[in-house]
Amino acid sequence: MKDFILPDRDFGTPAAKSKQMVTLTIDGFAVTVPEGTSIMRAAAELGITVPKLCATDSVAAFGSCRLCLVEIEGRNGTPASCTTPVAAGLNVRTQTGKLKQLRRGVMELYISDHPLDCLTCSANGDCELQDMAGAVGLRDVRYDAVDTHFKSRDTSGKANPQWTPKDDSNPYFTYDPAKCIVCSRCVRACEEVQGTFALTIEGRGFDSRVSFGAKTDTALTSDCVSCGACVQACPTATLQEKSIIEIGTPERSVITTCAYCGVGCSFKAELRGDELVRMVPYKHGKANRGHSCVKGRFAYGYASHSDRILNPMIRDQISDPWREVSWPEAMAFAADRMRGIQAKYGRQSVGVITSSRCTNEETYLVQKLTRAVFMNNNTDTCARVCHSPTGYGLGQTFGTSAGTQDFDSVEQTDVVLIIGANPTDGHPVFASRLKKRLRAGAKLIVIDPRRTDIVRSPHIEAQQHLALTPGTNVAVVTALAHVIVTEGLYDQAFIMERCDWDEFQDYAEFVSQPHNSPEATELLTGVPAADLRAAARLYAKGGNAAIYYGLGVTEHSQGSTTVIGIANLAMLTGNIGRPGVGVNPLRGQNNVQGACDMGSFPHELPGYRHVKNDNVRSIYEDLWGVTIDNEPGLRIPNMLDAAVEGTFKGLYCQGEDILQSDPDTKHVAAGLAAMECVIVHDLFLNETANYAHVFLPGSTFLEKNGTFTNAERRINRVRKVMAPRNGYEDWEVTQMLANAMGAGWAYTHPSQIMEEIAITTPSFAGVTYEKLETMGSVQWPCNDAAPEGTPLMHIDGFVRGKGRFINTEYVATDERTGPRFPLLLTTGRILSQYNVGAQTRRTENVIWHEADLLEVHPHDAELRGIKEGDWVRLASRSGETTLRAKVTDRVSPGVVYTTFHHPDTQANVITTDYSDWATNCPEYKVTAVQISPSNGPSDWQTDYAEQAASARRILAAE
Amino acid sequence: MKIYLPRDAAAKALGADAIADAILSEASRRGLTVNLVRNGSRGMVWLEPLAEVVTDLGRVAFGPLTLGDVPGLFGDLPSHPKLLGLTEDLPWMKAQTRLTFARVGVIDPLSLEDYRAHGGLTGLQKALVMAPEAIVAEVTASGLRGRGGAGFPTGIKWKTVAGAVADRKYIVCNADEGDSGTFADRMLMEGDPFTLIEGMIIAGVAVGATKGFVYLRSEYPDAIEVMTEAVVLARAAGILGVSVLGIGPAFDIEVRTGAGAYVCGEETSLLNSLEGKRGVVRAKPPLPALEGFLGKPTVVNNVISLATIPAIFEMGAAFYKGFGLGRSLGTIPLQIAGNVARGGLYECAFGLTLGQIIDDIAGGTATSRPVKAVQVGGPLGAYFPREMFHLPFGYEEYASADGLIGHAGIVVFDDTADMLKQARFAMEFCAIESCGKCTPCRIGAVRGVETIDRIAKGDSAAIPLLTDLCQTMKAGSLCALGGFTPYPVMSAMTHFPDDFSPFQEAAE
Repeated sequence: MKDFILPDRDFGTPAAKSKQMVTLTIDGFAVTVPEGTSIMRAAAELGITVPKLCATDSVAAFGSCRLCLVEIEGRNGTPASCTTPVAAGLNVRTQTGKLKQLRRGVMELYISDHPLDCLTCSANGDCELQDMAGAVGLRDVRYDAVDTHFKSRDTSGKANPQWTPKDDSNPYFTYDPAKCIVCSRCVRACEEVQGTFALTIEGRGFDSRVSFGAKTDTALTSDCVSCGACVQACPTATLQEKSIIEIGTPERSVITTCAYCGVGCSFKAELRGDELVRMVPYKHGKANRGHSCVKGRFAYGYASHSDRILNPMIRDQISDPWREVSWPEAMAFAADRMRGIQAKYGRQSVGVITSSRCTNEETYLVQKLTRAVFMNNNTDTCARVCHSPTGYGLGQTFGTSAGTQDFDSVEQTDVVLIIGANPTDGHPVFASRLKKRLRAGAKLIVIDPRRTDIVRSPHIEAQQHLALTPGTNVAVVTALAHVIVTEGLYDQAFIMERCDWDEFQDYAEFVSQPHNSPEATELLTGVPAADLRAAARLYAKGGNAAIYYGLGVTEHSQGSTTVIGIANLAMLTGNIGRPGVGVNPLRGQNNVQGACDMGSFPHELPGYRHVKNDNVRSIYEDLWGVTIDNEPGLRIPNMLDAAVEGTFKGLYCQGEDILQSDPDTKHVAAGLAAMECVIVHDLFLNETANYAHVFLPGSTFLEKNGTFTNAERRINRVRKVMAPRNGYEDWEVTQMLANAMGAGWAYTHPSQIMEEIAITTPSFAGVTYEKLETMGSVQWPCNDAAPEGTPLMHIDGFVRGKGRFINTEYVATDERTGPRFPLLLTTGRILSQYNVGAQTRRTENVIWHEADLLEVHPHDAELRGIKEGDWVRLASRSGETTLRAKVTDRVSPGVVYTTFHHPDTQANVITTDYSDWATNCPEYKVTAVQISPSNGPSDWQTDYAEQAASARRILAAE
Repeated sequence: MKIYLPRDAAAKALGADAIADAILSEASRRGLTVNLVRNGSRGMVWLEPLAEVVTDLGRVAFGPLTLGDVPGLFGDLPSHPKLLGLTEDLPWMKAQTRLTFARVGVIDPLSLEDYRAHGGLTGLQKALVMAPEAIVAEVTASGLRGRGGAGFPTGIKWKTVAGAVADRKYIVCNADEGDSGTFADRMLMEGDPFTLIEGMIIAGVAVGATKGFVYLRSEYPDAIEVMTEAVVLARAAGILGVSVLGIGPAFDIEVRTGAGAYVCGEETSLLNSLEGKRGVVRAKPPLPALEGFLGKPTVVNNVISLATIPAIFEMGAAFYKGFGLGRSLGTIPLQIAGNVARGGLYECAFGLTLGQIIDDIAGGTATSRPVKAVQVGGPLGAYFPREMFHLPFGYEEYASADGLIGHAGIVVFDDTADMLKQARFAMEFCAIESCGKCTPCRIGAVRGVETIDRIAKGDSAAIPLLTDLCQTMKAGSLCALGGFTPYPVMSAMTHFPDDFSPFQEAAE
């Protein structure tokens, strides 16, 4: 597609990676490019645009359109410049009489099978076919085209069998075969960029047509995951965003960062006026390299959804209806209540929950609010319930609480080990980059109770899928180490140089014990010993090996232990400190890394520095002019416990829905109900807001300035694309609340907050908005030692000094199956939905997932008389809910699985209060349950729905 | 009593199987034991079914046989009405230089004993004691060029593959013989399959490949059967396997069947098809020699190119190079077909004029009407009028006359042929067989048919449009299918302008 305002030049073919440079002459100008570069790209480097239609620099050269032909001195014919690589001394002509005639001839053929409805076409002004017709000087189409694909009827009125109607089954884009020039860009993008292979060319010769799978398939019924790569690649109106069809072409664009998962894709938000026309993945985004998924690309409709609350609201009691008030009134109300609570119940009786979806600057302010205004350390964040064990485990072993690599690193990986992560659904853009590497020959090991798509999908198959019993991660990871140590597969030189040798010996002795062998753990884990041994050998000796893991590792009672075990594996095999290796947590939310970095935890100030350290506290005390508590504050579960006990009474919760996302919903509800002032700062009246007294409307990522930090520690700019519909950016709202309580803050732009972060936090010392403008993004640590940031960590030594091996004894969770609850429930997410669904449920993504389903193995289903689509009662010792069954062998017998995207399912009614021993991260991934046929929603669901409806009442404005 | 009767598909199409049954039942009726060998065809298709009875004088030919002629084969041979004489002495056979086809029609195709007795494996044995570079050098020295039609020097191609560094390399034999009027590949595979196997082994040894594929078109069930059986026999005899003949490196062959697409005879779409993908053309570079089957260095050679290799090693490159003219060295198996008195396969040195081939060897048309046009090189070859009969048969010679020798198929038309219809057929063929990847071929061929229809209706403005289209297709197409379709179209227009005259229909 053509670009607006911020043109991203299309070089036609991907950049070559050779270090060898080659000089040639094109149209009389000398140009020096890396070996392997196409002549087309070399010409583009010179500023010479060779006409083209089938070439685009996101996919390999194809050579089908025959517009880019050139002449090369001393060579026969007219080679295509896209498929012909440069060679030293070539003398290339891109514009000669012969070439002009040829190109015109080719364009004449194209246009003979294309409708001439340019003025009313949705791609008018944004069509490469139109551009090329102009570029080659086509003035006439002399053919009397009889056979065409664009006329629905011939001149006699007979239906044209070659005409196919428009497919508008996908909610976000249309496929109009009548406009198709069969350049295959979409098919190649689907294969090469996305790796889904949903698109193909059907038929041959003139009958060749782009097709979503079989001829009978539509975009929606096919394998298409709606990533948008085909739409982006299409040079015509054939694959077109519906928003463009409805609105027209955009007139300006702003580069910003997606607010969905932790991949942190860069996007160009394209607008007309302040109406967002479309989001297009930004080619120079270093996390996504021009790719996107259905959420970031299309699911932004929630920002303008009618459910959004745009005015502040208050109420005395949660049984009252909401009352819309002015911002000052809301702030005064909130400040009075919080001050009153503190006066009555003490300084520690209030706290905050920071958001992993807000910016670094906003998160920083919220924790500052509790530390400098509430004067306590009662701050926690949703990372508590996802990656807190990562922080602990990697901190203990390596010395930093973050992934070791950048995403580009996967391009140099030979063996990928995925543990407890489902990247094709949770981190789709990274998954596409991973799959590309796998298709190029890298090997794959997956440790997951479910057969996720990455285990087997088109042109991808895991060498080993260790389908373990939920809850036995530590046993499996330790058994891997057992094989590596006892079979002598470890990297002794690396360990001796980089790690503590004594600790290693102790660890080696521990893992070598017979009870850690795969044979001994097989009964427990369900993983065949031979498979586990094969996986261990492959990981240890298969070349550059990288571990990617997710919440399937952390959300366990031994989550931190597994993270430590993973770090041990990397150290054992020397897979740390260079491209292609490493330990990479796949972060769930857009800014969960940043929220952790910004001091959201009750024991840590920004930069992971413990509050007990006087020298760290003094930095902030001097700057803020306050005294900071030297004792850690309350974690979320502690806050709720304290609330139930009656000692914790006030909460400011920004951009998080703890009622839906946190475990043991009934306990959360009881805690919230016991509070006297719950301030919810959010886009929507979320579930937590049902228990709130103050509702402060939030702004979307499109409406604010700031930064997000993704899973690779990359600090990306979030740019204000449009004015906040609620009136204020979220950091401004927090500042108003602080000032209502007498703080006297005077930030006028988030860059000033970043300046404060930089001067107080060593790993951010070199971060400025100016640097982010010039470099695009930067990975922390960014300081004097690494002024341009740190793509790879632990290159010459671990941050903590010597890498530390820690023994990982497997201790089974107390959550066990038994006669009453014989099945294990594990939870996860799906591609089209995000987290609690607050955003994605308010987009057309629901077409792919309108309700949470319970995956049941056919064996377990048959035993209980459950059929596909039946209502099923799902009960644990915590509670019960009802949802529909999906019978599939993706899950093993004895395991059931569901997602938690929909509040009416309330999967967390089922989950228990067990949690990680080190960090309290809840054990979402293992719950003993029973399932049985049911007639419909449970009593809890009915009661809950009534309570929610009542709690959401808003009084009409007076 | 020993009788040879071809199992060749052409002979079978003309009734050879019924003759074979008749011979066996006649023999049993007479209480005789007859050793009936189903050999390949000698290439005299107009004489098929052609049986050879082994006599003290040699193999005596009878044909074309009907069922009524069979009992006579057991009687007084000299008085048999279909007696042709000693096969070797027949003029058609005598004038040929049979190097590649030396054993075709002579031996039992699936008898390794026969094969060895007629010089089989001699070339391989010689090659196995040579250094790989020396093998490649010998092939280069022979002057052998790709017989599939492109005429690329075989030795140079092998050298590229030999020089490529890779963990695996492949030999792919292109047996997707789809050109109309060609049948040399089929005849060779049905009549002397071990020669092809031997040639592929030598190629493998030379370039360091251990696996070969024969990509055989599905329309050749007999060739598939014979090749498959020959591979099994060669494997059992230790010719193929972990060590060729027990002294060479590993080499094995798999026979794969195509799915009926003409374009899969184009080497890159053949490779795609072999990999299980859509048979669409790949852009070159990368050359298949460097990135071929599964992205590995691959020799893709035509059946005849590979089957000629054993002869080159048996007799020496210098001997082979001694035949031919200019840069077209060695021999070429001409395949003469169409409206012709004597059709069949005729292997001879390059250099015969078109007139010698049509008038002398083929004996003019079967209808005895004057020859109007000769299409050389398959459906993408040019149509030549009698005025061009001086053309000597050679790659460059035909190219300079805006034609091509292609796979050496020659199809003859008499004066009733309508060359506009032939031009339309060329475009139609391209439209049907186009893989659909590149625009000039995908859309151009369809527009070509439509434009010729306009010319047929008397629209003279369509003539320059057709000329422009041909130029676009010729210079703009990705592969030879679209690129060469203009040859028959333009040659028909150039040499037979009357057939394209706007007044043609009015005059009729």
